[in-house]
Amino acid sequence: MHPLLTRNRFGLYLLAWIPLAAILIVLTTSSGTLGVLESSAVVIPLCVVYAFISLSAWYTAKSAPIQRETVLRLTVGHSVAAALISTLWVGFAWAWVSALSRTSTFQGLDQRFAPHLRTLFGAGFLLYLLAIAYHYVILSLEASREAEARALETSIQARDAELKALKAQINPHFLFNSLNSISALTSIDASRARDMCVLLGDFLRLTLGLGEKASVRLSEELDLLQKYLAIEMVRFGTRLKIHEEIQEESRGCLLPPLLLQPLLENAVKHGIAGLPEGGDVRLSAQRQNGRLSILVENSWDPEAPPRRSGGRGLNNVQRRLEARYGKDASLRVNTEGEVFQVSLDLPAESEEKA
Amino acid sequence: MSPAPDKKWKALIVDDEELARHVIREYLQSHPEIEVAAECVNGMEAVKAVAEHKPNLIFLDVQMPKLTGFDVLELIGTDVPVIFVTAYDQYAMRAFDVHAVDYLLKPIGRERFDAALQRAKTRLGEKMPSAHELAAAARPPQQFLERLVVKDGTRVTLIPVAKLDYVEAQDDYVALASQGKKHLKQQTITSLEACLDPNCFVRIHRSYIVNLERVVRIEPYGKDSRLAILSDGTRLLVSRTGYARLQSLLDERK
Repeated sequence: MHPLLTRNRFGLYLLAWIPLAAILIVLTTSSGTLGVLESSAVVIPLCVVYAFISLSAWYTAKSAPIQRETVLRLTVGHSVAAALISTLWVGFAWAWVSALSRTSTFQGLDQRFAPHLRTLFGAGFLLYLLAIAYHYVILSLEASREAEARALETSIQARDAELKALKAQINPHFLFNSLNSISALTSIDASRARDMCVLLGDFLRLTLGLGEKASVRLSEELDLLQKYLAIEMVRFGTRLKIHEEIQEESRGCLLPPLLLQPLLENAVKHGIAGLPEGGDVRLSAQRQNGRLSILVENSWDPEAPPRRSGGRGLNNVQRRLEARYGKDASLRVNTEGEVFQVSLDLPAESEEKA
Repeated sequence: MSPAPDKKWKALIVDDEELARHVIREYLQSHPEIEVAAECVNGMEAVKAVAEHKPNLIFLDVQMPKLTGFDVLELIGTDVPVIFVTAYDQYAMRAFDVHAVDYLLKPIGRERFDAALQRAKTRLGEKMPSAHELAAAARPPQQFLERLVVKDGTRVTLIPVAKLDYVEAQDDYVALASQGKKHLKQQTITSLEACLDPNCFVRIHRSYIVNLERVVRIEPYGKDSRLAILSDGTRLLVSRTGYARLQSLLDERK
């Protein structure tokens, strides 16, 4: 499809021909042999016809891509095309002028117009070359716009893939330590070892299952968190104390899956694991005025050096919130004193609405 | 430090998780020549227990609160054979392989445990590789030291690198200046320099590394050298090459 043949572009294109027609009228009337009316009667229809003929420059420009042809071939090829088209146009002009001069109003027009045929040929030649140049510009603009669109699409795909990967992460450190705990329990308390196997199995299954979904109810995420924390409590024993305050109305709220799990994992890994005496992890959720607020707090050692993952977990959660809610959700970190606090604020979506 | 033939081996188990210690204790039951002298739940306790019990063998967890396994190794020296224990740390595992240090992976298998024990016995008298080298090899690429561990008698001090003002070489030791105090540590200034983030710490002289944040101004001093004036008023000598390094870094920061 020709790029100019859309409604608003074609109008603009025709508008651009008005000054061109005006210039031609000025050129042909300047010698005094032609009146403005006579000249207009010839030039305006000629320009309308040439406006359409010039559109064919698109095919010429397309068949000879500017990057692939030599300058010589481009110049010669397009000059020949322009000369041919212009000759054709002048021939048409002559036929039109002859036809007009047969009417009573324009008697003798053909003789008076004859000297201007050369001007007309020159103008036609230049205009066609101009049209070719113009079409080259359009072609390159389209190519760059296409490239931009492609780049955007790839970056969107890359981000989607990344977000997917962020969801389905199971921390290997957690997994191996849990297996080691199970291995210890087998000789101390076989039934507890079995319980822990079941917990770990449930946790892995839920992680894999929830990761597939686009959104889950808070209650589903909480189930997963409970399994996770139960396993960590076997590992850390009395060092890990959990406090939960979940408002009943908030349980039905929808949120991206595995959004809270990394926060709890951070709380245990960077908070409790760094404290020889252990500490508290507090989780609360509340729904109010169409907003869902979630708070994860843990004791921590402010003196402890930042861990290797350097806030990657928090960053991931932030990026996922942005991807899902844009500016409508926020994650705030407060590290005053010996409590590390992460608060999430997001729109409270529920299933009926979704 | 091999025990006398009629005496038992003394082993130390260091891990912050009770169940993890239990596995090692249980496996040791089938090695009656070894007795568990003490169990420690963190690195600080481990450092104390080493001084107190003089063990012949240490099982040392890598990831622990406050002091990591590498910190503990640095503080207790390299005379006692150590078997490291880790759940999953690819960089640490590679470092152990490179330096031929014995290590166990959680969950620990009995065969692997027995093999590591056997090897530890045949290696008696061999020193452990330097803790600095091992810790440096176990750091992920592009990561630098976050804090320094110093032992002064029985007291252990942790100095976050952000609180380090400058380092001064003193023969085989370095003096770490932090918050108006100086701490001595057995390490060469060159090996310490390699562990510090080169964007924050500059070797301005054969004997000095300075924290760039502390430098207030630089004054000419003598023919070829200059003085760096720190925010607390300390004056440090800057050599010609040191000045060039300092300047290229300051240019980058602009």
